[in-house]
Amino acid sequence: MALDEPKTTDFKYVGTRPDRPDGFDKVTGRAKFGADMSAPGMLHAAILRSPHAHARILSIDTSEAEAMKGVKAVVTRADFSKNVPFESGLSGEFWNILENVMAGEKALYDGHAVAAVAATSALDARDALKLIKVDYEVLPHVTDVDAAMASGAPVLRKGAADSSVPEGLHPNVVRYHESGHGDVEAGFTAADLVIEDSFVTEATHQGYIEPHACLATLGSDGKGELWCTTQGHWHAQKVCAALLDLETSQLRVTASEIGGGFGGKTTVFIEPVALALARKANRSVKLVMNRSEVFRATGPTSSTSMDIKIGMTKDGKITAAKGVFCLQGGAFPGAPCDESAMCAFAPYNLENVLQVGYDVMSNRPKQAAYRAPGSPMAAFAVESVIDELCKKLNLDPIDIRLKNAAHTGSKSSFGPRFDAIGLVETLEAAKAHPHYSAPLKPGQGRGISCGFWFNHGGETAVSLALSEDGTAQISVGTPDIGGSRASMALMAAEELGIPYDHIRCTIADTATLGYNEISHGSRVTYASGLATIKAARDAVEKLCKRAAAKWGIPEEAVKWQDGFAVPSGPNAGDFDPIPLKDLTADMGATGGPIVGHFEASPEGAGVSFATHLVDAEVDPETGKTEILRYTVVQDAGKAIHPTYVEGQYQGGAAQGIGWALNEEYIYGDDGRLQNAGFLDYRIPLASDLPMIDTVIIEVPNPGHPYGVRGVGETSICPPLAAIANAVSAASGVRLRQLPMSPPRIVAALKNQSNG
Amino acid sequence: MSKIHVSTTVNGDEVEFLCDPRETLLDCLRDKLNLTGAKEGCGTGDCGACSVTLDDRLVCSCLVLGAEAEGKTVSTVEGMAEGESLHPLQQKFIEYAALQCGICTPGILVATKALLDKNPDPTESEVRYWLAGNLCRCTGYDKIIRAIMDTAADLREAS
Repeated sequence: MALDEPKTTDFKYVGTRPDRPDGFDKVTGRAKFGADMSAPGMLHAAILRSPHAHARILSIDTSEAEAMKGVKAVVTRADFSKNVPFESGLSGEFWNILENVMAGEKALYDGHAVAAVAATSALDARDALKLIKVDYEVLPHVTDVDAAMASGAPVLRKGAADSSVPEGLHPNVVRYHESGHGDVEAGFTAADLVIEDSFVTEATHQGYIEPHACLATLGSDGKGELWCTTQGHWHAQKVCAALLDLETSQLRVTASEIGGGFGGKTTVFIEPVALALARKANRSVKLVMNRSEVFRATGPTSSTSMDIKIGMTKDGKITAAKGVFCLQGGAFPGAPCDESAMCAFAPYNLENVLQVGYDVMSNRPKQAAYRAPGSPMAAFAVESVIDELCKKLNLDPIDIRLKNAAHTGSKSSFGPRFDAIGLVETLEAAKAHPHYSAPLKPGQGRGISCGFWFNHGGETAVSLALSEDGTAQISVGTPDIGGSRASMALMAAEELGIPYDHIRCTIADTATLGYNEISHGSRVTYASGLATIKAARDAVEKLCKRAAAKWGIPEEAVKWQDGFAVPSGPNAGDFDPIPLKDLTADMGATGGPIVGHFEASPEGAGVSFATHLVDAEVDPETGKTEILRYTVVQDAGKAIHPTYVEGQYQGGAAQGIGWALNEEYIYGDDGRLQNAGFLDYRIPLASDLPMIDTVIIEVPNPGHPYGVRGVGETSICPPLAAIANAVSAASGVRLRQLPMSPPRIVAALKNQSNG
Repeated sequence: MSKIHVSTTVNGDEVEFLCDPRETLLDCLRDKLNLTGAKEGCGTGDCGACSVTLDDRLVCSCLVLGAEAEGKTVSTVEGMAEGESLHPLQQKFIEYAALQCGICTPGILVATKALLDKNPDPTESEVRYWLAGNLCRCTGYDKIIRAIMDTAADLREAS
């Protein structure tokens, strides 16, 4: 999108830190999240789930459940659309979602939904599940990525592989990615030292504290209402309509306050089920997952198996880099093997690079996006190898990253040349930070890592309506997952020249605006922000027109300055500036309501880089790692609300700490998830973490009017590697498997001492 | 199964409800009394989003049966503000951006108020360990801890 040079100075509102508009509701308990909404005559629903990792469903007998007092509807796959075509790879995504939402011929993982009940109470619905009889033929299963690719592995579904997959691979390999440039073999020959290593990471869950929840109403007239906790209600509308044979526009979806998503609420799980039950019972239906269901049937990331080879000269120049990234994505195509591959070496300006990705199905829940999907694991593998190279060649890890850093204009590892980027600035700031030179005690180690994420634009519609009293209301379509309502209001305040407090930003429902893509890809402050600025400028243009008419001069002779219409120059005439509220006060009589709009798909989301520093101490007796100090340095382009940017940096780092040290999906030999709860799947607690320092770098993104880059995702890319490097420095052993849980560290130390 | 009649006091109001013996205090607060401030994040006492006080003792309301509230006094996040005035903790949480999505916030506020009622001068470590039963996935706890330490200092100065 062609834009003027970004405005980077002289901000009045942008860059300040006002209170968030949703703060009062959230501290008083009156904010309405997914499970907080009710409807008159509402039923409660519950879902029956497969206890098997892989089983043919021979029959489902729901008659006893249907006969139970209080039960109003039971649904199985037969109650969903039969018009959703099966297609290979991601082309069949609606079919994939349908099959995931309610099993068809086979249950594909422990926790796969097979039937659902709506009853007059939640307890009755749960009791009724016990009366449903499912006859399963248990099949062999596979949950490990390397095992799922090996010959002889149980086949989940034939025909799921798309045309990208080379011949001869196992049918569980469903997508293939290859990219790069140069001649890696020649590059390795030119190196003084080549290190080749293999890495594995376990699946982790987004771990949002709010389980999925929705309230659905749908009649046989095909008109419905859906309230749900989601990162994208237009997407939910589109998918639910397809899965239930509805016209999209007849289903109005309202996004609740969202209690965390991190990518895990970018798809639907229970919404079509609640709608199907509502239609069958002709009553509103509330459906709320419990935590065990959240772990077993939603979310997780891919698990990975990765092989990395990097060559370096004695003075620290990377001569070639190669990576193979095998991502296990559960029982459906979609594991972000392409993102892993493309992000892996993105921080480096390489002459020779080759990256290969495999998307592999297994008997696990369908992977879902988690904050920069695919990138953190790839960074773990690549940045661990770079750390080893630096150690062996006795080079400073920041100097070596600076020496090889991607910079403005350099060719990226995945193809295009970089526009303005701030990687070098993050490295220089990390090097200059007191953290980098602070002394360490014996048993402590320092790690560093870079990280990269693309960021995204996407379909965006915003409208900004002015009120008679000179205040403004913004309708945006991207659910607020990190304080975006405050950011939108700040940007509108900047354009309109009215105070932040005079603007209210609302997340509109699907009936109110055009299609808005999901809040994902760190796109909201970028794309909805750009749209808000453009909508405000559209409103300003209309305001200037009204002023021109009042003054009897051409529109071009009026400009907007700090909340006032003013003559554009001495030749335009000598008129007193008119404040916004004087133009809106009589707008009904001067041409009608004044509303600014913007609808487009902005494509200038600037990529983003971060550098993290971490100090860790490893207890050699217990294997426990303590994070002593953590510093995040990241390029935000422009921080609209710096406090919320810091919040994203800190949150990403904390999630990364959990991923690195503790969090993992543990499957038994029976293919069942063994730790489907917060006691056994332990996310970081307040007592596990130190304060997390942040440094905001601002290298403006030329694709946004104020230079904004998304910040939400990049913050989780470096931590896994930074911590692995710190653990290695502290303990003397290199962990190539995540999480670096105490037993693994103890085992690694024991192996080392045994020689 | 016949229902149990419960009379209890919630945020100073005398209330009555009928509950199934299996229903938790959290279910009763949310579904029978429409007090949806306390959240169910796990239902197993691991996340603390449902924290309330029961006769001044901090509990996970998902681990207490509704019937156990008989004759007791329950305080929830809805009772923290006094009239139009937010509790100082509530005010500081907004000021420090000690919340992002806000789902854990009611539980953390109730838990923290219970701490400061007992110990007006906690160390950072004491705050972190007191809150070890309240999960937050958004913030990394940094701004939460800072908001609490600052509130505690303000309250000490005021008393």
